[in-house]
Amino acid sequence: MTEHAAGGEEHFAGSNKLFISVWVWLLVLTGFEVFLGYIHLPVVYMLTILMGASIIKAALIVAYFMHLRFERLNLVLTIVPALVICICLMLLVFFPDSFRAKELRYEGPVQPPAESH
Amino acid sequence: MATEAEAITGDWGGGVHPYRVGHRKLGMWLFIMSDSLTFSALLIGYAYVRASNVWPTPFKFYPSIVFSSIMTLVLLSSSLTMVMAVSASARGERSKVRKWIIATAVLGVTFIVLHSIEWKHLIDEGLSPFALPHEWAEKWPGASPLFGATFFGITGMHMFHVFTGCIYLLIVAGRVNKLKHEDVEISGLYWHFVDLVWMFVFPMIYLLSVDASK
Repeated sequence: MTEHAAGGEEHFAGSNKLFISVWVWLLVLTGFEVFLGYIHLPVVYMLTILMGASIIKAALIVAYFMHLRFERLNLVLTIVPALVICICLMLLVFFPDSFRAKELRYEGPVQPPAESH
Repeated sequence: MATEAEAITGDWGGGVHPYRVGHRKLGMWLFIMSDSLTFSALLIGYAYVRASNVWPTPFKFYPSIVFSSIMTLVLLSSSLTMVMAVSASARGERSKVRKWIIATAVLGVTFIVLHSIEWKHLIDEGLSPFALPHEWAEKWPGASPLFGATFFGITGMHMFHVFTGCIYLLIVAGRVNKLKHEDVEISGLYWHFVDLVWMFVFPMIYLLSVDASK
């Protein structure tokens, strides 16, 4: 078990072919997302599928382009769980209150938004 | 040979480098963690005001969606050229590293130019951080003027990251002979992160506000 190879050949796992195929997958998922924008789906499904696709894309970028898949498990465990927990905590506040706020939406008479004072 | 202690400590082995990365790289990862929480907070805040207000869905296929899709393609491609730079750097081919990094920065600048044009379309329509264009206000009665604030805030924050990324990359390209492989890799981490953020900004800001009505 050598610590960091000194000079010369550095370790960087993953072939160019692998990176190109990851890139193609990212493009395919992006194309799918744009297509999704033009078929009429209820916004909840739309949001769920879009976020699902985006999380897959983010995972591909982090794992292969940012190389995290080839790093030590220690590093992965330091970075990923904390982030996931923090974001879930933010969503925990977001979800219930956004539904409450939705009920409070102003649906009254036509009124241009405040743009000049 | 394998003692119980080795089995427990796994591939770390209790050495002085628990992560097997340099302190700079660890620092960049920690920065990325904090920055991704910044963007999460911005995007969740946006989702909150969006869910609780009447929200315009103004983005027409041309120019907005065409531009933003091309911008996504450009940014994804710049990530690929960045990976090529890092993998050339691992093989010690410095001149190739420089070329790939410059290609990445050029794609980054392309992104900024395209995004500025896209901003200008919307500004010309009358969108500002504090007000909607009159037409939108008529089409979506009671719509929240926060549209402009969140749109310019989030995409502007992202564009600022692309801008600083371009400067960072050009400095790395200029100093590539003096830098270690890991330094090139670290600049790649930052760049891929900027790309990653756009993977959330693009669907949440653009694709959820597509004007499919023609």
